[in-house]
Amino acid sequence: MAIRRRIDGTETPAARIRGLRKAFGTHLVFDGLDLDVARGDRVAVLGASGCGKSTLLRCIAGLERSDAGTIVTTGEIGVMFQEPRLFPWLDVARNVGFAARTDAERGRVGNALALVGLTHAARRLPKELSGGMAQRAALARALLRDPHLLLLDEPFAALDALRRIELRTAVNEILTLTRASAILVTHDVDDALALGDRVIVLSGSPAEVTFAGAVGETATREAILDALGVFEGAGHSSAAGRKR
Amino acid sequence: MGRFIVPLALFAAWWTATASGAIKSYQLASPHDVLREVVDLAQSGLLWRDLGASIERVALGFGIALVLALVVGSLVGGSRVVERALDPTLQAIRAVPSLAWVPLILLWLGIGESAKITLVAIGAFFPIYVALVSGIHGVDRKLVEVGAILGLSRTALITRVLVPATLPQLLVGARIGLTQAWLFLVAAELLAATNGLGFLLTDGQQTSRTDEILVAILLFAVCGKLSETGMRALERRLVGWTDTVPA
Repeated sequence: MAIRRRIDGTETPAARIRGLRKAFGTHLVFDGLDLDVARGDRVAVLGASGCGKSTLLRCIAGLERSDAGTIVTTGEIGVMFQEPRLFPWLDVARNVGFAARTDAERGRVGNALALVGLTHAARRLPKELSGGMAQRAALARALLRDPHLLLLDEPFAALDALRRIELRTAVNEILTLTRASAILVTHDVDDALALGDRVIVLSGSPAEVTFAGAVGETATREAILDALGVFEGAGHSSAAGRKR
Repeated sequence: MGRFIVPLALFAAWWTATASGAIKSYQLASPHDVLREVVDLAQSGLLWRDLGASIERVALGFGIALVLALVVGSLVGGSRVVERALDPTLQAIRAVPSLAWVPLILLWLGIGESAKITLVAIGAFFPIYVALVSGIHGVDRKLVEVGAILGLSRTALITRVLVPATLPQLLVGARIGLTQAWLFLVAAELLAATNGLGFLLTDGQQTSRTDEILVAILLFAVCGKLSETGMRALERRLVGWTDTVPA
């Protein structure tokens, strides 16, 4: 019997997940997972590789069909993946505009590009972009429909340390500006602490929420690393225990 | 400049060998004889008749092959059921050497234009078909997911994601298909034709005119190279966005 944990949101939730069950073949990833993301709330999801973090996002985004449970989201969802996933035949502006359904949304392309600092690269093809610029373009595309909820699946994982900090800062500012809710899947504690209002740790099989706390309160670096099991055994420094 | 060295050396050797009499004119015509034959054929209008006939056959055969390959390839690439039903048979037919079709096609269609165009179409069809199916299967699933997240309809997913993603492979297939079309044209015209570049070859052989044979061979080379160059230009224009080493 799976243990259910529930994290309460304080406002109308941007996402409400109840009793999520998902299996790949005989491997049960979730068996009754609950999660609420309040409006404007930023939840960082940490956990070991393969624990189901990305599956959770894919279920919310509708890319995976859950076996049971309900996922309710409010408003538009924007998704950003580990890799930019830009269409190589479209320039940056058209890639961002790809998300547009109306003339009003098409008219926002310039704003979205300005928001991520890519106005100068609007006419460039994806092959002409650096990794960081390509991720910014992907972010602009995810933002174009003015999403209530931004799903970020390890968006900085493929970037070098400097670009990582730059893009993280940009995302932070944009989330503050747009007041969008976000679920950030990462295995980097620094990313989680920098972007999250709350941090949850998924572990076990099926995965459960084994730690939940607010950043600046119970979700301290030490508490998170402890929940991730980094201090178990040899007593390495926190840096050594981190995944990257 | 480097690319001209080998052709120029070959030309010089050809010139020397024929001018010095080391090779007799009934074995290999001299560059001068070939040039005179080109002028003669052009003035008599036969050059344009034969060239026009061959180009028309290639264009029609290639056009038919392209349309058929687009239809069949899309169905096979887009549906596992159709693929299981059709692809093994098509692959078996593809394995048949081109000339093996000739007797059957002649029996069915006679020695008229339709037989030649059919043979050209058979030759051009398979490279396009194979490239299209492999292109469709090779479309990056991650890009399709982006389309799905953005809520694209099935039609929009096809026109805005699958078609552009498949285009580079399709164009490579079309380029190879066009080369094949010229190959199959020679086979068709050598066997039964009263005009065309292949006819020029057989006519030259029967009348022991090596200048006429060389004119036909040179024209084949020029036509083949021009179609190849044209297709590459089309590729650069349409799929210049691909992040690969230029061919």
